Amino acid sequence: MNLTVNGKKTVIADKESLSISGLLGELDVSDPLYVTVELNGDILERINFDNIVVRDGDEIEFLYFMGGGRGQC
Amino acid sequence: MLTDEQIERYQRHIALKEVGGKGQQKLLNGRVLIIGAGGLGAPAALYLAAAGVGTIGLVDGDSVDLTNLQRQVIHFTPDIGKAKVVSAREKMAAINPGIKVNTYQEWVHADNIMGIIRGYDFVIDGTDNFAAKFLINDACVLAGIPYSHAGILRFDGQTITVRPGQSACYRCIFPSPPPKDAIPTCSQAGVIGVLPGVLGLIQATEAIKFLLGKGELLTGRMLIYNALQMSFDVVQIKKNPKCPLCGETPSIKELKDEVDAVTICDLEKR
Repeated sequence: MNLTVNGKKTVIADKESLSISGLLGELDVSDPLYVTVELNGDILERINFDNIVVRDGDEIEFLYFMGGGRGQC
Repeated sequence: MLTDEQIERYQRHIALKEVGGKGQQKLLNGRVLIIGAGGLGAPAALYLAAAGVGTIGLVDGDSVDLTNLQRQVIHFTPDIGKAKVVSAREKMAAINPGIKVNTYQEWVHADNIMGIIRGYDFVIDGTDNFAAKFLINDACVLAGIPYSHAGILRFDGQTITVRPGQSACYRCIFPSPPPKDAIPTCSQAGVIGVLPGVLGLIQATEAIKFLLGKGELLTGRMLIYNALQMSFDVVQIKKNPKCPLCGETPSIKELKDEVDAVTICDLEKR
């Protein structure tokens, strides 16, 4: 299937659908606990990542937590 | 009425049809609070002072140290050891003695933030930790004060403007801070020094547009910047009906500190 991920065309070979959790694994997204997923404009709830399925033509955005500027621990 | 000195000082503003004398007067009457006088707050404070925003509040409990100077351009080498709000106020007063700078030499927390933000027209979040970022979002949404969020990490930045009740808030995107135990300990932090300059000035631009009532605010969309790629992407963000703060059945009705929020350094270790 063909997806648009963060604005880029992305081909997932040999699959017609995939759960959000599966997609995070397939795309090797690091630290999935730190990512919010938007599917076709809707922010998804994390508890549904196993149940919600992406299909051909879907648009997905990964939004990451980002902090501030001081950079001290 | 603008004085002759003000007409001269703000001539490049007044020449803009979107600003003019009336718009400059709006800026002079404007009240903007900058929380965090660090990487993001430094350029915002300098440019808002130069622009003639009449009252600027600065909140920061920290003092200047040597590692700040790579990017916190409002603080100079002789300022090391000085309270950041004092150091910043000195530069702002030198740029523009015609504005008022209120300083709050403290950290924001659930018990004091409402008293600080009340009376300001617009808030800039220039903080560096998730506890503060969630607190500022919650306080501004509950108080109905528009604000600009920004976050930076290494070469990446993101920013969004929130108009409470009208556009998506930070919790619409990130309902709660990331779990603290998901990532181990703190480590060496890293950010390219110019990055907070870019993001902080976008935040200052939003404050100025808000005060002027001109243009389109960065609401309902998050700007995502990557300095290495030199890319600016915009992601549309709808209000989330399940948002715990501004959704249909909110669970957050009063302020509390996110004590379990991870520090930025935890993220920077990734």
